[in-house]
Amino acid sequence: MFKFFSPSKLFKIIDWIINSIQSTFFLFLITGLTFALVISPPDYLQSESVRIMYVHVPAAWLSLSIFSVMTILSLLNYIFKIKNFKIFNKCLAPIGLLFSATAVITGSIWGKPTWGAWWVWDARLTSMIFLMLLYLIFIITLKFIKKDNLALMIISILSLIGVVNLFIIKYSVEWWNTLHQPASITLKGDISVHSSMLIPLFIMLIVFIVYSALIFLMKYKTEIIKMKKKNLNRL
Amino acid sequence: MLTKNVKSRLFFISIFLIAILCITIIFTNILKENLLYFKTPTEIKLEDKNNLKKLYRLGGLIKENSIKISGQKINFIVTDKKNEIFVTFEGPVPNLFLEGKGVVAEGKLVDNNYFIANKILAKHDENYKPPNDGNKK
Repeated sequence: MFKFFSPSKLFKIIDWIINSIQSTFFLFLITGLTFALVISPPDYLQSESVRIMYVHVPAAWLSLSIFSVMTILSLLNYIFKIKNFKIFNKCLAPIGLLFSATAVITGSIWGKPTWGAWWVWDARLTSMIFLMLLYLIFIITLKFIKKDNLALMIISILSLIGVVNLFIIKYSVEWWNTLHQPASITLKGDISVHSSMLIPLFIMLIVFIVYSALIFLMKYKTEIIKMKKKNLNRL
Repeated sequence: MLTKNVKSRLFFISIFLIAILCITIIFTNILKENLLYFKTPTEIKLEDKNNLKKLYRLGGLIKENSIKISGQKINFIVTDKKNEIFVTFEGPVPNLFLEGKGVVAEGKLVDNNYFIANKILAKHDENYKPPNDGNKK
């Protein structure tokens, strides 16, 4: 089954996907930004500053989901020794770091006009910073630790710690009193965002997903080329 | 696919995950006081009153029609719909400091019902909607 993921087979398909995404990405981006910045209405309380939500929320969602994917990959990698998944993680980690940093920075910018503070140390914000640090350690480990087994061990342990942290991030606003507001869109399906704001939010989510797919595939392609240069057909 | 090595690694990972979960649960219970960013009026009233110099964060809703501005001072009532605490504050407030909305005040207790804040943060809720569209969804 895992033969299907062999790098040399995937190379051509990846090239085709990268090209098709590149030719359509800006269309997605322009549509998303037009909806988010022009068409969507201002909020009844926050007025124009609500527009930060269209970047903040998808970035936060993606940073959490990328970490869950990385956890599954690194555990499979550790248990079944599928080395290709290490490369997957190597390509995913910087994207996760980018999105978690985006969520933290845009959140800080949003916090000033709404809460009246750039930063507070409540449970949600602190656990998000912790996620960002985990991404950073992930990247450093994958880059500088050459011993395969050791790197694998560190990554698996980090991802287990991280997966507990993911639940803390998700439920911190329900379990404890935080300054951060509770989720507007819950897994149960309760939505407290007006539909005219929900549509741009989901378009921006798609834009971010397409963007991360593009970056992931480009990085993965580079890794395959690096492997070919070393005259390796497989890992 | 499930060789002996795979099984042992699987076992190790599951034990490790359970250990991390236990550690997290224990630590969150120990640190519970610090994990709460603010206390509700009900919780504040249960506090030890000998410790008046301690800095508290009081959070709740601003009671309707309770904001009174007299000169530099702003007086309002923070409620959690069970208990109420009077708050006095001097200085600029955030834009979302409105009656019926959430607020977090940092400061000191004077007595059971009276709180002097030196910092005010607005806590907004999870609802987003366009103006003049309160009833439609």
